[in-house]
Amino acid sequence: MIKSELVQKIAEANPHLYQRDVENIVNAILDQIVDALAKGDRVELRGFGAFSVKNRDARTGRNPRTGKQVDVSSKSVPYFKTGKEMRERLNGEA
Amino acid sequence: MAGRTVTRADLCEAVYQQVGLSRTESAALVEMVLREIADCLAKGETVKLSSFGSFVVRSKGERVGRNPKTGEEVPIEPRRVMVFKPSSILKNRINGRTGKPSGRD
Repeated sequence: MIKSELVQKIAEANPHLYQRDVENIVNAILDQIVDALAKGDRVELRGFGAFSVKNRDARTGRNPRTGKQVDVSSKSVPYFKTGKEMRERLNGEA
Repeated sequence: MAGRTVTRADLCEAVYQQVGLSRTESAALVEMVLREIADCLAKGETVKLSSFGSFVVRSKGERVGRNPKTGEEVPIEPRRVMVFKPSSILKNRINGRTGKPSGRD
């Protein structure tokens, strides 16, 4: 499923809303998550999962093709941990 | 910097502020969006949300695990897990860069 299909499904279930409104709703949700992570905050959605930011130290990497050493600077990466209920649903337990 | 935890209530507030529905309806829609994504994943389907990232369901085979406390071997059953692959836009935002994806992925 892609974003437009998600929007369409939600719009079908809410005939009183314009598709454009639903698009704004989905984007407002995703933007809020991105903005929080960009600030270094955590996003916890019970039953679904939690997003957080993890820091990676600087390291010396290697170009796999040439074998040359390259300095990789420290960075932050987004991380998602699946919630308990979601984990159970994936395995048909809920 | 870090510290705050954003929850459903904050997402509802964002929808309420930006879309102009009632608080009750905003909350119901946030729930609906999450449920729709979760239902799709429970069916094993990938969910791709452009400029955000994608959720992919992977099947893991059986393997032998070990109880770290007792050292006892325990079989880990085959199972399905979901992974989140952040978009390059999200990765850039988190590193304080706005704008365009940087070449790869």
